[in-house]
Amino acid sequence: MKFPIYLDNHATTPVDRRVLDAMLPYFTEKFGNAASRNHSFGWEAEEAVENARKQIAKLIHADPKEIVFTSGATESDNLALKGVVEMYHEKGDHIITSSTEHRAVLDTAKALEAKRGVKVTYLPVDKQGLVNPDDVRNAITDKTILISIMLANNEIGTINPIKEIGKIAKEKGVLFHCDATQGVGKIPVDVQEMGIDLMSFSAHKIYGPKGVGALYVRKKAPRVRIAAQMDGGGHERGMRSGTLPVPLIVGFGKACELCEQEMAAEASRLATLRDRLYSGIVNALEDVYLNGHPTQRLPHNLNLSFAYVEGESLLMGMKEIALSSGSACTSATLEPSYVLRALGVGADLAHSSIRFGLGRFNTEEEIEYTIKRVIEVVNKLREMSPLYEMAKEGVDLKSVQWAVH
Amino acid sequence: MAYSEKVVDHFNNPRNMGSFPKTDPDVGTGIVGAPECGDVMKLQIKVQNDTIVDAKFKTFGCGSAIASSSLATEWLKGKTLEEAAKIKNTDIVQELNLPPVKIHCSVLAEDAIKAALADYKKKTEGTSKTSA
Repeated sequence: MKFPIYLDNHATTPVDRRVLDAMLPYFTEKFGNAASRNHSFGWEAEEAVENARKQIAKLIHADPKEIVFTSGATESDNLALKGVVEMYHEKGDHIITSSTEHRAVLDTAKALEAKRGVKVTYLPVDKQGLVNPDDVRNAITDKTILISIMLANNEIGTINPIKEIGKIAKEKGVLFHCDATQGVGKIPVDVQEMGIDLMSFSAHKIYGPKGVGALYVRKKAPRVRIAAQMDGGGHERGMRSGTLPVPLIVGFGKACELCEQEMAAEASRLATLRDRLYSGIVNALEDVYLNGHPTQRLPHNLNLSFAYVEGESLLMGMKEIALSSGSACTSATLEPSYVLRALGVGADLAHSSIRFGLGRFNTEEEIEYTIKRVIEVVNKLREMSPLYEMAKEGVDLKSVQWAVH
Repeated sequence: MAYSEKVVDHFNNPRNMGSFPKTDPDVGTGIVGAPECGDVMKLQIKVQNDTIVDAKFKTFGCGSAIASSSLATEWLKGKTLEEAAKIKNTDIVQELNLPPVKIHCSVLAEDAIKAALADYKKKTEGTSKTSA
């Protein structure tokens, strides 16, 4: 077993060797600009880009012409929200989104509120992180121009009822954007069946390179138009100017092709490992809480709160395992994960949360090791925790008058 | 974020971790912080003839919070009550090389020392009153 063990695959994933091999020639001998129409270097690059476009479109059941390349999902989210607001401002000024979206959507929505006077409805989620489609329906007004709801949450892995929301959007004639960054390549995504009009995703979450992403923009029924957010050469059908990063796009295409071929087997393997991780931990430790949905959940995600133990200290106690915490000990505000808070998880348990993100290259041995270490470290830190001591003495921690600092 | 070697050492080998009985008349207990803020420190001192003869801590918090309280117990041992009251959070910051985002951990440790001293003082005043 090699250390450190990487269990933070929601943050990013390593490039698959097969993806890298596909990319390499496009850095050196096949270095052409895909927009060069006058020589073979350009034609070769253009062909590679169009091939990747097909591979990517196939994974999400789209037409290759509906794929707009960007620098990543953050840019795609910005382009979708700002592009729609700018293009459809005469039709309305209202956007609907949810409180557990990624910062790339939330902060873009906030910027639109502040700079363009857009009205934004932030829908709540239930205790398991789900957006209620009825809430979406009830929030729609005659001024609503866009609904933006994520496919799967990056912290808790909860998978939203996208198809139901897509149906409502269609019925009401409102455009539907979906940030599918955590879901594409991990679970089946079909933009037709799900009624998605715009969709953001990126390569580096699916064993492709960092620095490239895509925005799916529907061409038919309805034909979606967005205002470009960058001026320049008019690449990508005028929606996103800038020379295409051919090697990255080739890698993105290859990564999508691999996901398409291997997703079913990989998802089932990772779900089994994830379930083993969960049962191994909860069978040995008391007061461990699952954050998110028990079944409507990404197969490779596990998010747990370990009562009486602070998340960052847990990570410090098992430094040989790369993980992420919803604790905010490093942030200046001391506010823990807004996603967990939106679920109604208490601030104390939000500080005690750990996100496990499994991936293609994790082994059973690594999961067994992780189970063992989590149990050891939680027990050690609980021995050190005044809260655990008080709880053992029968003190109701909720009734204590804490001096909130 | 990378931790300083001293923080890592205190975290891996906490000094004086544990508890004294709160009811012991020689023991002063300070509990500061709040679970919703992500850190709670319990610091206890055992006092004989105005001198701290032993100290113990338990901390819920990040590595720096644990290290700050562990260090505090080391420093408290052997000090008089008056000397103990002079320990400043900035001393802890310096000793542990805490980065700016972790300064609140040292503040909490100073608060815990003050709270433990105050608790001990309250206890002894209480006893002298009853005995009088």
